[in-house]
Amino acid sequence: MAAKVMSWLDERLGLTTIYNTVLDRKVPKVNWLFTLGSATAILFLLQAVTGTFLSVYYVPSPDHAYDSIQYIMTGVAYGWLIRGIHHWGATLMVITIFLHMLRTFYMAAYKYPREITWVTGVVLLLTTLGMGFTGYLLPWNQRSYWATTVGTEIPGTVPFIGPFITRLLRGGSDLSAVTLTRFFSLHIWFLPAMIILLIGVHLYLVIRIGISYAPQQDD
Amino acid sequence: MTVSHDLSRRDFVRIVMTFLGTIMVAVIGLPAIAYLFSPSVKAKEADVWIPAGKIDSYPVGVPTLFSFTRTTLNGWEKTVNSFGAYILKIDDTTAQAFSNICTHLSCRVNWTPAASLYICPCHDGRFNIEGKVVSGPPPQPLNQYETKIENGLVYIHFKEG
Repeated sequence: MAAKVMSWLDERLGLTTIYNTVLDRKVPKVNWLFTLGSATAILFLLQAVTGTFLSVYYVPSPDHAYDSIQYIMTGVAYGWLIRGIHHWGATLMVITIFLHMLRTFYMAAYKYPREITWVTGVVLLLTTLGMGFTGYLLPWNQRSYWATTVGTEIPGTVPFIGPFITRLLRGGSDLSAVTLTRFFSLHIWFLPAMIILLIGVHLYLVIRIGISYAPQQDD
Repeated sequence: MTVSHDLSRRDFVRIVMTFLGTIMVAVIGLPAIAYLFSPSVKAKEADVWIPAGKIDSYPVGVPTLFSFTRTTLNGWEKTVNSFGAYILKIDDTTAQAFSNICTHLSCRVNWTPAASLYICPCHDGRFNIEGKVVSGPPPQPLNQYETKIENGLVYIHFKEG
């Protein structure tokens, strides 16, 4: 019965073709370092799922942000677990994406014909760091408040347009409720949308071009 | 062709991945369900006698509205709910108290002296002075609070959960 349903679906959706192209594609003999990209992708999914769950109770307002997180940590069943995974997953994702970039760099895998894969990867690294920066403010505690004060002050040193960048990030001259909501919006809509789009291009290219083999002695 | 009883590398990986995958999904999935359900299954409990003023201040035979509020902690915020009880004084030692919450869909009913009925503004449910349904959609009579009179004060018994 299950086989019948599967073949009915397969005939219409082409599942076997997708499976063969995506998962059964030929890869050169590689080592564990080549799993860092997948690890980052899995961590992104984990962040998306736990983040969605956190948004059930979190309120992005100076009046409620801190209290709503206290409620998640102590009032809701397993809230500490969901937030804990989101917190540590974020750190882990920055580590894996950075190691993934180092591997690509040291193995010279960014060269022809994979330049666009590399460029989208670099932008993915930057958007991931952007997720870290915007997410850091959301708990609205002393640490996040002052970290964001400093973090938004730093681009202020850019010649000419610096002070404008600071104001743009803060949504005004002060760190305020406006800053909190725009960081929240960036964190849950703008940046994830960009990341999903870029992962799409990145993976399409990985599948289309295939991955490069590890450099040999005579390369 | 020799029959091998050894597990192929491919099958081994498949079994291990299915096993680990199931565990990982369960470890996150089950707490996630509890996480979503948790505020919904929290029981709300109350069992108090609320003083509703002097019995002398109530007219005999005319339902008179007594309003009060109850505060509950929902999440990290206090929610203030308003309640109304129609106190019907029978004599100096007995009184009845009816909840003004319509038994149909929880709108608040009003005592209408001209009709001598409790009338609900939402779907025209009507109850008589004893709280019994006269017409309209309400399935049950108005809820009644237990009452007691002590030292000239009326108390209503407020229970929840």
